[in-house]
Amino acid sequence: MLHDAWVMAQKDLRIERGSRVVVGQILPFGALILILFGLAISPDLTVLDTDRRSVLAQVAPGLFWMAVFFASLLALGRSFAIEAADGNLDGLKMAGLDPAGIFLGKAGAVALQLLILEILLGFGAFVLYGAPLTSIVLLVIAQVLATIAVAAAGTLYAALASGLRVRDTLVPLLVLPVLAPVLLAATLATEAALFGPTGSGWSWTMLLGVFALLYVGIGMLAFGPIMEES
Amino acid sequence: MINSTSSKATMVLGAAAIVFLAATLAFGLVFSGPELVQADSVRLMYLHLPTIAVAYSGFAVTLVASAIYLRKGSIFWDLVAGSAAEIAVVFTAFLLISGALWGKPTWGVYWKWEPRLTSTAVMFIMYLGYLALRRLDLPPEVRSRRAAILGIISFVNVIIVHYSVQWWRGLHQGQSVGLDTQIDGLQLFSLFLGLVAFMLTGAWLLIHRFRVAWLEHQVNQIGFEHALAERRAESGGGIELAGGNS
Repeated sequence: MLHDAWVMAQKDLRIERGSRVVVGQILPFGALILILFGLAISPDLTVLDTDRRSVLAQVAPGLFWMAVFFASLLALGRSFAIEAADGNLDGLKMAGLDPAGIFLGKAGAVALQLLILEILLGFGAFVLYGAPLTSIVLLVIAQVLATIAVAAAGTLYAALASGLRVRDTLVPLLVLPVLAPVLLAATLATEAALFGPTGSGWSWTMLLGVFALLYVGIGMLAFGPIMEES
Repeated sequence: MINSTSSKATMVLGAAAIVFLAATLAFGLVFSGPELVQADSVRLMYLHLPTIAVAYSGFAVTLVASAIYLRKGSIFWDLVAGSAAEIAVVFTAFLLISGALWGKPTWGVYWKWEPRLTSTAVMFIMYLGYLALRRLDLPPEVRSRRAAILGIISFVNVIIVHYSVQWWRGLHQGQSVGLDTQIDGLQLFSLFLGLVAFMLTGAWLLIHRFRVAWLEHQVNQIGFEHALAERRAESGGGIELAGGNS
C-alpha cells in the first residue's frame, strides 16, 4: 500500500514538474488573494486593545488560511483533472494499485504542493501584513498538520465529486464546510504562534493532529468503495 | 394507473398531522401564556425545537439508510436516504429562519456567532452539497454509492463541526442565554404537541417524497427498457447494449 502511495505521489509530482500548473497558476492566484485581502481590509485600520496593531496583521492568520484554502481547491481540482481523462482511475485499478494507496499518494502529492505553496504565501503574508512571530516551532507543526488534514479531506471529497461528465463546481461546496473546523483550529494555532501566548495554540495544534488522522483514516477506508466501478 | 402518492395509511397520518398542528397553534398562541424573560417570543420555541427534531431525525435516517444501501445495494434505501435528506434540509432552512426571527427580539440581532447557530449553518450547506452530489451526471449505481458514502461521513462531520465550533466560542464567551430558562406545564405541553405535530408532518412528507422518488426511478427504468427494445427492433435484435447508463 505504501509503495503504491509512493508511486502515485511520484506520478502526480512528475506531472506537476512538467506542466507547472501549481507553481505557474495556483501560486500566483494565492498571492493575488493575499493582495486583494489587503485592499478589502484597509491597511490603516488599527486594533486599539493590542498596542495599535493593524487590523490586517491581527487577522493575518485567518486571511492566510483562507488564501491557502482557495488555492487548495484549485490544487485538488487539478489533482483529479489529470485522472479524469481516458479512464485513468480504471487503469490504475486494473494495474492492481491498492485504493488506499492511491488515496495516500494523491493526498500526499497535494499536501506536498500545498506545503510549498504555504511557505511562499507565508512569506508573502509576513511581508504584506506585517505580523510578528513568537514561536516558529508551533507555526511549522500546526501548518504541517493542518495541511495534511486539508489534503486528506480535500482528496476524499474531490474524488466523490469527480467524473468524466462532471463539472468541478461541486468540489468547493463539498470541501469547504468540512474544512470549517480545520480553518478554526489552524487560524487559532497560527494566531498563537504569531502573537503568543502559545499555550492554547498547542491544544489547537493537537486538534489539527486529530483532524489529520481522522481524515486520512476515513479517506483510506472510503476510497475502495468510491473507486469501485467509478 | 397510479395518479397519487397517497394511500390509506398516509391519509390517516396526514389527518393526524393536521389535527396536531392545529392543536399546536391553539396551545402555542392562545392557551399557553408568555414567558417571564422572553415574553411572547417564547412561542417561537414551539416551532423551533420540533423543527430541530425533524431535521436531525431526517439526517439520522439518511445516515442509517446510506449504511444499509452500502451493505445491500438496494435502490430502495438510496431513495430513502435522498428523500430524508431533502426534507431535513428544508427543515434546517426553516430552523435557521425561525432562529433568526427569535434572535432579533431576544438578542437584538438576527445572527449571533453562537455555537449552535454557526454549526447549524455549516451543516445546512454540507447537506446542500450532499443533495447536489445526488444530481451529478454519473452512472446511477456510482452516484448512489458515492451519495451513501457522503451520507455517512457528513453525519460524522456534523458532530466534528458542532464540537469544534463549541470549543472555539467557549474560549471567547460564556454560554448564551435563551434556551435554558424555566418553562411551566402548559408551555411544556405546547412544546410536546408541536413535537408530535412536526414529527407526524415530517414522516408524512418523507413517505410522499420517497414515493415520488420511487416513481421517478420506475419511469427511468421503463424508459430505459423501452429505448433498449426499440434499438433491438431497429437492428433486428443483433445488438447487446453494455453498461447501465441511460
